[in-house]
This record gives sequence, structure tokens and C-alpha cells, in this order.
Amino acid sequence: MSTHSLHVASDGNRGHGRRSYWTGCALAVILTVIPFWLVMARPLHDPGWTAAIIFALALVQIVVHVVSFLHLDTQSEEGWTLLAFLFTAVIVILTIGGSVWVMYHLNTNMMPMP
Amino acid sequence: MTDTLIKTIFGRLGLESFPIHEPILLGTFIVVALLGLSIVGAIAYFRLWGYLWREWFTSVDHKKIGIMYVILGIIMLLRGFADALMMRAQQAIAFGGNEGYLPAHHYDQIFTAHGTIMIFFVAIPLVVGLINYVMPLQIGARDVAFPFLNNLSFWLTAAGAALTMLSLFVGEFARTGWLSYAPLAGLDYSPDTGVDYYLWSLQIAGVGTTLSAINMVATIVKMRAPGMTMMKLPVFCWTALCSNVLAIAIFPALTAAFFLLMMDRYVGTNFFTNDRGGAPMMYWNMVWIWGHPEVYVLVLPAFGIYSEITSTFTGKRLFGYSSMVYATVVITILSYLVWLHHFFTMGAGPAVNSFFGIATMVISIPTGAKIFNWLFTMYRGNIRFELPMMWVVAFMLTFVVGGMTGVLLAIPPADFVLHNSLFLVAHFHNVIIGGVVFGLFAAIVYWFPKAFGFKLDPFWGKVAFWGWVIGYWVAWTPIYVVGLMGTARRVRHFDDPSFQPYFVIAAIGALIILVGILGFVMSIVMGFVKREKLRDTTGDPWDGRTLEWSTTSPPPAYNFAFTPVVHDLDAWYDMKARGYERPASGYRPIHMPKNTSAGVIIAGLSFTLGFGMVWYMWWLAALSFIALMIVAVGHTFNFKRDFYIPADEVARTESKRQRLLGMEA
Repeated sequence: MSTHSLHVASDGNRGHGRRSYWTGCALAVILTVIPFWLVMARPLHDPGWTAAIIFALALVQIVVHVVSFLHLDTQSEEGWTLLAFLFTAVIVILTIGGSVWVMYHLNTNMMPMP
Repeated sequence: MTDTLIKTIFGRLGLESFPIHEPILLGTFIVVALLGLSIVGAIAYFRLWGYLWREWFTSVDHKKIGIMYVILGIIMLLRGFADALMMRAQQAIAFGGNEGYLPAHHYDQIFTAHGTIMIFFVAIPLVVGLINYVMPLQIGARDVAFPFLNNLSFWLTAAGAALTMLSLFVGEFARTGWLSYAPLAGLDYSPDTGVDYYLWSLQIAGVGTTLSAINMVATIVKMRAPGMTMMKLPVFCWTALCSNVLAIAIFPALTAAFFLLMMDRYVGTNFFTNDRGGAPMMYWNMVWIWGHPEVYVLVLPAFGIYSEITSTFTGKRLFGYSSMVYATVVITILSYLVWLHHFFTMGAGPAVNSFFGIATMVISIPTGAKIFNWLFTMYRGNIRFELPMMWVVAFMLTFVVGGMTGVLLAIPPADFVLHNSLFLVAHFHNVIIGGVVFGLFAAIVYWFPKAFGFKLDPFWGKVAFWGWVIGYWVAWTPIYVVGLMGTARRVRHFDDPSFQPYFVIAAIGALIILVGILGFVMSIVMGFVKREKLRDTTGDPWDGRTLEWSTTSPPPAYNFAFTPVVHDLDAWYDMKARGYERPASGYRPIHMPKNTSAGVIIAGLSFTLGFGMVWYMWWLAALSFIALMIVAVGHTFNFKRDFYIPADEVARTESKRQRLLGMEA
């Protein structure tokens, strides 16, 4: 039983070849170098913008990793992989975002501590 | 010298840890010990230990594991209900000068244990057990995706339950409410073993629940019979899928919260303490991120059960199947957006409170849609008003009231008045008893003949039904009333004697529920006594519509000799309508997973690990952990995990079934 389902699971990722790994690697390096450059060379004087760009690049970095290293696409496992990934992303955003929002509110409404 | 030696060996366990000075506990212990010894002795006398070990404890058959889950749930229900009776008795007499019969120290443990046990060791095992039993049969599979993992999940849950039960006689249980709120659960306010028992038993059981959820999702996604597309999946399997997806997503939040609390208690961090930058509210936040979706983890499969039963007993296809599916999925997503309504009063601003208030009201819309789907299924249906259908009608009448008080509590200003009152307690008992428990009883009555080959005794089944339904209303209506008047929850003693009649009525209601519980036990006993008369030889005693009814009762170990091919929703109804003939030859060997004792051993070691950690017996905890790792890794090198049931054995089993059917004709 379980051996049968294992075979099905491991067959999904065969056809990708090496190319996606090289593209992924190149993109990952570029996306890592830019934030280092932004911090070390300080081309932007506003630290807010620097931080914002770094966060944006980090998000792109996640997408690059997931697509080219973990082979997330719309076809594998009849779309279940993509669906599960999106669901997880939604849950993580809700949980972390919601918690930060809630705790921020509780914190600002607290009595000031001496 | 000897002192330190004793401390090293026994940690903080001493003679004073055994509650010999508390007559209630001592009496309970004597009864439990005598009963336990006589059961152990009886099993040994009839030489059943070997049989139990080989055929049940080490089994990876989803049907046997499902039955063991349900038995665990029923045993723990008796424990949890005993707690409930004690609380009701205390609250009925403790007015004015009368202090009641329970000291505060004991009463606090009882309400904590009642809540913890009823959710974690009654509702979850019963729901998981039913999904385990029914879902693979409904999708035409021979077992779940990971059969060994299934066995391990069950034993981890059982180990958690055993650790909780042990706290009754060795040390004490938590006195901090069923979710062990920080900072009360921190070491400063609860230095005893109670919270540690709580944390370790729930962590161990939580691992089991998470693994089981992963298993069920993998089974539904990967192992459906050919032709069964997602929109031909029986509704119970849809709700099981959504419920388990929820469980996978939320249990990590609970595990993390408990882990941080453990760090606070064991290594002196300050995550949830009052001082040094601790944030107790973060504990509430994380616990309720688990806690609210957990309600839907329990109630969604119950909705699935009601759908199957309504459709079977009205002889009609379920009204609005796709709307039912979408409602289930919408509830799954929305249940993540409501957790803050559990602490409206804790100081968030109006933006936060109104967002979560509205989200909570919105979630009642898909739930309401489901009620209408069931009503429209019944409308102009040919209703057979048998016991499972009676439970469904009782559910609809009871649950709707609970839903409405829930919407009432979702309004933040109203919640400010009702927070932590008995009104809230009445509300969640209304939805859990009226929604989940009624559904579980309906399911047990409905699927019992499938599992054991005979129906439950209908007379005692009706006693159980009326006991529960009348008992529920008598027990909880007065609690709604006193709650609305402002009585707080978790109170041991009241000053105002004018409330006493309400609590006396509530206690009478609890006794009526006791009649219901005894009736349920009797319906099993009398069903067994009259099993020849109640025997089901067809495999399809209720004229069912889904694939589980196409096998024998009880099904053979391999479920289906030939994997069924599905052409329609309500696959078995469709097969019957097209004059399906069972193939009588051409059997092939069937590939099946092998039994293993690794699950029992790993769970046993988790139990000693938990016990060692609770009592600070570090050597025991370390040894258990090392042994646990060795067994777990060692099991991965066990390559003899499968075997074939030979074709002629399959042929023999199937021809026996054919003879049974002939007897019927």
C-alpha cells in the first residue's frame, strides 16, 4: 500500500533536468548580492526604502527557491502541490500578520510601565 | 548523601505525592484498581492477551485502529462525565454557609481535567476513530496511506490519555483551566506537577493527532478509487479532508505555545511570565489560533456524518452537494479569522475587535447554509425515522440555538458582559454536545453494524437518545439563565442562595444525561446479547448509498476483493441501481501491510519520557528518549513490512460472504 503511493510521489519530479537548478542558482545569487550591496554601499540614503527593498527581494527569493529547487508548478500532483503551498502561505500570513496586529493593539492599550 | 541519592532517583516524587489523605481519590483509586485488576485477570484467564496483542494492539488495519480509537474515546467519556457529575453536585449544594464537599484544590483540578479530557481524549479520538474506520471504505481503499503511522498515532494518543489518568493517583492535575492559561500556568503560580502532567500528555497526544491528520489527508488525496473525482467524493470524506487539513495547520501553533510554556517551566525562560518582558497574552493568542479552528476540526466531520445519514434515511441524494462542499471549504478558511473573539475583553482596540466580531458572524453563514441543505434533503423525502435520523433531527433543533448564542457572543459589547460567564460555558456545551456529541452517537449507531455485523439494540438506543436530548436541555438551560444574570465560570461556591434552584435543576439534568450514557452502554451490551436477532447478513442494513455498504459487515481485512470503479456520487446507490453483480472468480493475491509492535513500544517510551519529565527524574527521561530514538530509527530498517493475502484465501472469504447473502434470500 504505502510502497505504491511512494512510487507515485517520487515520479513527479523526474522531467525537470538540470537547467532549472542553474537558473535558480543564478537568480538566488543575484537576489542575495543586491541586498548586501544595498547595505554595504548605501546607494539609498533612506534606511526605510533599503529595508523595504530587502524584504521585497526576500519574497522574490522564496518564490525562486520554491519554483526552481522544489519544482512547484501548476501541473505536479494535479495541482495539489500548488494548492497546498498557497494554503500554507495564506495560513502563515494570517497567523503571523494577525498575531502582530493583535499584540500591537494590546501593547498600545496597556498602562505605561514605570 | 542518601537524600541526594533519593532525589536523583525519584526526582520530586515522594510518599506525599500519593493522595492517601483524600478520601474521594482513595475510594476512586481502590475501585479503579479492583476493576483494572479484574479485567487484566479475566483477559489472562481467557488467554486473550496474545490474541489482543497480535490482532489488535500491533494491528495496522485502519478498521481495528478506528475501533480502538472509539473505545478509548468512550472510556475517557466515562471519566470526563464523572468529573462533570462531581462539579454539578458541588455547585448544587455549595451555597451560603455550605462549602460543598470538594475542597478548592480538588475542584480546580476537576474542571481542568473535565475540559481537557472531553476535548483531547474524547472528542478527538472519537472523530479520528470514525474517520479512520469509515473514510478508507468510502473511497474504496484497502488501508490508509501510511498504515504504521496510523498505529503509532493511536498509541501516542493513548499514551497521552494514560498520563492524564495517572495524574489522578500520582501527584495532581493542572488547576489552570482546560487550556492552562499563562501566567497562572507558569512556575510562579503553579509550582506543582499539575501543569507538567497537562503539558506532557497533550504534547504526546498532539504528535499523534498531527501524524494522523497527515495520514488521512494523504489517503484522501492519493488513494481514491478510480473514477472518484473530488466532486464525487462522499460528503463525509470531504469534511474529513477539510478537518484534517485544519488539524495539520493548527496543531503546530499549539505545540509551539506548549513548548514555550515548557521552556518557561523547565529552563527559566520568560516567554509568558508577568515580569522580565514576558507576554502572557501571546500564549492566549497562540492557543486560540489552535483553539478556534479546533472546534471546526471536530464539528466538520460531524456535519459530514449528518449529511450521510440524512441522505440515506430520506432515500434521496443530498440536496446541494456542491454547496455543501463549498460551505465546508469556506468554513475551513474562515475558521482562521476568528480566534480573537475568545479574548475580546483583553484590551485590543475597536478595529481589531470589530474585525474579528464580523468574521465570527460571517462564519455562521456557510453553517446556516448546511442546515438548509439538510432540511431540503428531508423535504419530500421518504424519511425512515430510525435512531440515526432521530439524532440528526435532535442535532438540528439543539445546534441552531447554540449557533445563535454564538452569534450573540460575537458582538464585542455583548461579549464584554458575557465573557467568562456561565452563559459562555452553556454556549459551547450547546454546540459541542448538540453538534459534535450527537453526531458521534448518530455515527456509532449508523456504522456499528458495518463494524461488528449486528445492529445496536434499538430500545436501549432510544433510552440513550432521550436521556441525552432531554438531559442536555434540562442541564444547560438553567446555566444559560444564570450565566445571563452574570454568574462567572469555574466557581466553587456561591453566596446568593436565589441561584440554588437553577443549579439543582442543572444537576438533575446531568443525572438524566447519565441515564443516556448508561442507555448507550446498555445498547451495546444488549446488542451483543441479541446479536443473532440483530445480525446484518447483507452488509447494507440501512439501504446505504456509499461504498462502505458494498462490503460485508464486518468487512474483510482487505476491504475490497476488487477495487471498485466509481461512476457517480453515491457510488453504491448507483451500482445497486444498475444491477451490480459481484464477480465470483478471478481473484488475485492482495498486497497488504504487516503488523508491527514498533508503535506500541514508541508510545510506551513516550509515556515514560513524559512521566520522567513531570517528576524531574532526569535519568528516566534521558533513557526513555534515547531508547525512543533507537526504536524509531531501528524501525526504518525494518524492510519486511508487507505480505500478500493469497488468491485462494480471498476466494474462500468471498464465497463465505456469498453464502451469507444466499441465507438472506
